[in-house]
Amino acid sequence: MYPAAFRYHRARTLEEAAAILAEVGDEARPLAGGQSLIPLMKLRFARPALLVDLNWIPKLSDVEARDGTIRIGALARHAQLVESEMLHPITILHDCAAGIADAQVRSRGSIGGSLAEADPSGDWAPVLLTLSAEIGIQGTRGQRTIPLAHFYKDAYTTALQKGELVREVVVRIPARRSGGAYIAFKRSASVYASASAAVQITMADRGTCEQAHIYLGCVGLVPVHAVAAENELRGREVTKERIRAAAEAAMEAAAPQSDMRGSAAYKKVLVSSLVKRAVEAAHRRSRGEQVEVTHEYVGRI
Amino acid sequence: MNTSVGSERVHIRVTVNGQLHEREVEARQLLVDLLRETLELTGTHIGCDTSYCGACTVLLNGEPVKSCTMFAFQADGAAIMTVEGLSQDGNMHPLQTAFTQCHALQCGYCTPGFLMSSYALLSKNPRPTNDAIRKALAGNTCRCTGYQNIFKAVAAATESLGAPRQ
Repeated sequence: MYPAAFRYHRARTLEEAAAILAEVGDEARPLAGGQSLIPLMKLRFARPALLVDLNWIPKLSDVEARDGTIRIGALARHAQLVESEMLHPITILHDCAAGIADAQVRSRGSIGGSLAEADPSGDWAPVLLTLSAEIGIQGTRGQRTIPLAHFYKDAYTTALQKGELVREVVVRIPARRSGGAYIAFKRSASVYASASAAVQITMADRGTCEQAHIYLGCVGLVPVHAVAAENELRGREVTKERIRAAAEAAMEAAAPQSDMRGSAAYKKVLVSSLVKRAVEAAHRRSRGEQVEVTHEYVGRI
Repeated sequence: MNTSVGSERVHIRVTVNGQLHEREVEARQLLVDLLRETLELTGTHIGCDTSYCGACTVLLNGEPVKSCTMFAFQADGAAIMTVEGLSQDGNMHPLQTAFTQCHALQCGYCTPGFLMSSYALLSKNPRPTNDAIRKALAGNTCRCTGYQNIFKAVAAATESLGAPRQ
C-alpha cells in the first residue's frame, strides 16, 4: 500500500519547521517517528501534500536533568527512554516506555509525536498527567510552555495552534516518598490498550497519603482525571479498603465506549482492577520497594 | 500551497548488509519496497502491511524496525541489516540453524522478521530470560507454529552462541 505522493522537506531547526507548517497550513504534516502517521498515510486516511521531517533537527531527542526537572526532547524515542538512566528516579515513566506497542515501534515512535497525536488510547498522556508535566511548544513567534492538563481538548485535538510543534516535555522529579505506577491492559503487544491506569501518590511522614494523582487512559475522549478516586486516598492511610474505594470511584469516572477492544462494561471492570493494582504498586514503591509493572497482554506472562 | 517547499524525490545513501547504496527515491517509497523492489533483497517480507505482524522487521543502526512503517528516506545515512545479512560465507547464523533444528517455522513467511527481532535481542542481551525473549518477539506474528518452538530456538541459539542462559 503506497501513500499518495507528497513532497518532502528536511527541517534543520524546529523554528524552520514551525514556519513552514504555518505557511503551508493543513496540507503539511510534521514527521516525527511516523508510527501513527505512516499507517494512516498508507491507508490514505491522511494525504499530506508536504511532510516536514523533524528527525534531522539536532538535540530534539535529548533528555536532560535540570533544577529538579527532567526535560525530555519531543523526538526522544520510547526505546531510548526505556534505557535512559536519567528517567530511573521516575519509575512510572519506565512502566510506560517499556510497554508501548512492541520493540519495533518503540525503536521509532517518539514521546512528542505520541502526545501531539492525542489518540484517546495513547499511553504517555495519563502517565505524564499524574506527574503534572508541562509541555514546551515551539511556534513561529517563539516558545511557550503550558501544563499538559491544558493540552488536550478532544480526541486527536490539542492546544497546538497552526505552525506549533511540541518541543519538549518537562517533568518535576517526584519527592522521596512518592511512588507511581502505570498498568495498561491490551489484547496483544502491537495494539493500543483496552484500558490503562496511571497513579502517582506521595506519602506524608506519618504514613498517610499526602497527594494522589490518578488518570485513566482509553476510557474517554481525553485522559480521564479520576478526582473522586484521588479523594479516597488523599489525607488517609492507604489501606485495602481505601484502595478498593479508589478503584470503585475510578470505575465510576471512566466513560468508555464499546469497541473491538471490549465492551464498555468490561472496560469499566478492567479500570477498577488496573487502578487497584496500580495504587498498590505505587504505594509499595513510595516505601522504596522494587515492584515491576508495565503493560500486560496475553502471552506476555 | 507553496510548491517551492520540498521535493518529491530524495537522494539517499544507505548501507545495507555492509554495502553502500546511493539512490534517488520517491519520497513516498517505503523502506521495505526499497529493499525488495529496488535492491532486490526479497528476504524481507511484507505480511500485514499495517505495522502489526513484524514480518518486515529489519535492523536500523542495530534497532529492530518495521520496514513497512518507514519511508526509505528515513534510512538515509543509516546502516540496515536484513535477513540476507545473517549468514556468512555460506554458513547459516546460529539463530537460523536453531530455527531449523527446533522446527521454529512451518511456512516460513514470518521467519525473516522473527530472525531479525531475535538477532536484535541477542545483540543487546546475550543471555535473555524466557520473559525477555517473549517480550522481544511480541511484535512478530506467526500463524503456523504457535510460538513455543520459536522461543525454544532463540534459547537454543543463545547456548550455541556460547553464552550460558540465566
